[in-house]
Amino acid sequence: MRIYVCVKQVPDTSGKVAVNENGTLNRASMATIINPDDMNATEAALKIKDATGCQVTVVTMGPPPAKAMLQELIAMGADDGVLISGREFGGSDTFATSQIIAGALHNLGIGEDDIVFCGRQAIDGDTAQVGPQIAEKLNLPQVTYAGDIEKDGNTLKIKRLLEDGYMTVEVKTPCLITCVKELNTPRYLTVKGILECYDKPITVLDYEALKDEPLIDKTTIGLKGSPTNIFKSFTPPQKGSVEMIPGTAQEAASALAEKLAKKHII
Amino acid sequence: MGFQSENIEEYHDIWVFCEQRDGKLQNTDFELISEGRKLADERGAKLVGVLLGSDVKGIASELGGYGADKVIICDDPALKVYTTDAYTKVLCDLVNDKKPEVLLVGATTIGRDLAPRCAAKLHTGLTADCTHLDIDMDKYLDFLRESSTIEVDPEKFKMDDTNLKMTRPAFGGHLMATIICPRFRPCMSTVRPGVMKKSEFDQAKADACELEMYPVSLSEDDLKTKVLEVVKATKKMVDLVGADVIVSVGNGISSDVQKGLALAEELCDALGGGVVGGSRVAVDEGWLSDDHQVGQTGKTVHPKIYVALGISGAIQHKAGMQDSEVIIAVNTNDAAPIFEVATYGIVGNVFDVVPKMIEEIKAQKAAK
Ligand SMILES: Cc1cc2nc3c(=O)[nH]c(=O)nc-3n(C[C@H](O)[C@H](O)[C@H](O)COP(=O)(O)OP(=O)(O)OC[C@H]3O[C@@H](n4cnc5c(N)ncnc54)[C@H](O)[C@@H]3O)c2cc1C
Repeated sequence: MRIYVCVKQVPDTSGKVAVNENGTLNRASMATIINPDDMNATEAALKIKDATGCQVTVVTMGPPPAKAMLQELIAMGADDGVLISGREFGGSDTFATSQIIAGALHNLGIGEDDIVFCGRQAIDGDTAQVGPQIAEKLNLPQVTYAGDIEKDGNTLKIKRLLEDGYMTVEVKTPCLITCVKELNTPRYLTVKGILECYDKPITVLDYEALKDEPLIDKTTIGLKGSPTNIFKSFTPPQKGSVEMIPGTAQEAASALAEKLAKKHII
Repeated sequence: MGFQSENIEEYHDIWVFCEQRDGKLQNTDFELISEGRKLADERGAKLVGVLLGSDVKGIASELGGYGADKVIICDDPALKVYTTDAYTKVLCDLVNDKKPEVLLVGATTIGRDLAPRCAAKLHTGLTADCTHLDIDMDKYLDFLRESSTIEVDPEKFKMDDTNLKMTRPAFGGHLMATIICPRFRPCMSTVRPGVMKKSEFDQAKADACELEMYPVSLSEDDLKTKVLEVVKATKKMVDLVGADVIVSVGNGISSDVQKGLALAEELCDALGGGVVGGSRVAVDEGWLSDDHQVGQTGKTVHPKIYVALGISGAIQHKAGMQDSEVIIAVNTNDAAPIFEVATYGIVGNVFDVVPKMIEEIKAQKAAK
């Protein structure tokens, strides 16, 4: 039994964000982190490993430096990593990305007992699309927004969180599950893990390795092939028309109420 | 190898996937139908609602009242509760058969499960969580003039472009991106709930709406997941998206949370009744439950009045509230970014200013 966890290295958008002339993100100038939901996905896999001793493989598509992230996840407890990396893959939209990742997973082989975990969404794009699209390409059943997972042999009972409650979904392996932060609290790295992570294998899959994968349609990958294109990107303008109301608390409150009444806002 | 989705000239009409839960249409359905009407008029196309469920024919015509010319109904007991497998199969069969040019889906926990699965199956692109849509290039350029800092030069645009232009925030709201899907159809987009304005309901249009029952073909083999139960949250969720008045609190009330929340409640009442919302800090600290959060990872709201008490105005917060009609901000820091989007700003302490605001607003109302 093997669990694949699909993870992504993302720019840390909580701080200042640098934008290039052409409106794309200047990734090089920004700190990167492991996408938060992917940490929960990794933890979900490691919990199953704790119980069953299965193999946990972390998989990412990204530039070569993303290898460091895989090492960190191995130090957390994963057994090995797969880095899907190639110029031809760069600039892929979610459709293209999921084809490539699905192709790579197919190449690695998905057995009857296996599970693919993804984070719900990545904070750079917030699309939540890649998980379901991989599932479709691999013809696996999917359960998204997993907030609780119970596993009994090949049957999983998953609490799928909704806006107004939840539903419990039963699914059998092999399947794909996307995880939300409510699912668990990711564990810390251990010293032992850090010391050993450099000895664990990281496989690199490039275009050459994947070009004959039947799941990858070569006309719809990369920047050129992706079905969706950025037509225009722009920064929203500052509104900047605020009317500051001066004075003491009493004066300001009184002036504000008067303005609101005059404009029939109240 | 060719894909059907590449034959773009065969695709017509604007479709909206209409979500039902418990046999009831959802607010997002009406928002998307209203927006879809605008797009259909720009394109000179028909607007069609697609409704999957069990015993749902009776609720379909309401969609006509918001602008649908026609509703296609797929009725089957297996479609009563949403499952990825059944809904994907039925919706994709329908799309492959009837070939819509545009397919809009609400960006809910159901829509964001269904739409990517369908897009992958249909071999087409999908844009997530859109907040603005255009087909007509003139209208799009007007939007750019209003909502961006770029100099718009009409010479540089193909004015007869009829691709759906799907705009969404990216990188946590730091950037806006307009996405197109030029080579494949349908153009698919999930649309953020609460963003598109619902139009007035028109009974005559509802009565005139055409209904088409479409046969469902599903077999046991199509269904790989089983829904064991659906549980509604026991506590009532706040309806931020539908509220006319929202008073939100942030980290600025941390010195006396109980008092801060009480003041927010009172201010809501003084403003004619509304709901209390919060920044992520207020939710993370446990002062308010999750459903109160405004912002990129919370709700997008556009009430008539939004009051921000002790909220700094991080980009992720602004992303959820900056389109409110009137924004009032109270903050001790005169350089807080919240003032960049506010209509009225008061530099001061929440605990000093808000009690006075409540008094003065009540007095103004009494004087009317
Ligand atoms: C991926 C991501 C998603 C996020 N999504 C959201 C989201 O959906 N919604 C959201 O809100 N945030 C979100 N955030 C968090 C966001 O970046 C900010 O951290 C958060 O909004 C700050 O909350 P705050 O304004 O309450 O607190 P602070 O930033 O701490 O601001 C408190 C403000 O109160 C003022 N103040 C202090 N005392 C007083 C007083 N007595 N009277 C008046 N003013 C006072 C201070 O001057 C300050 O401006 C997200 C962050 C990330 C990274």
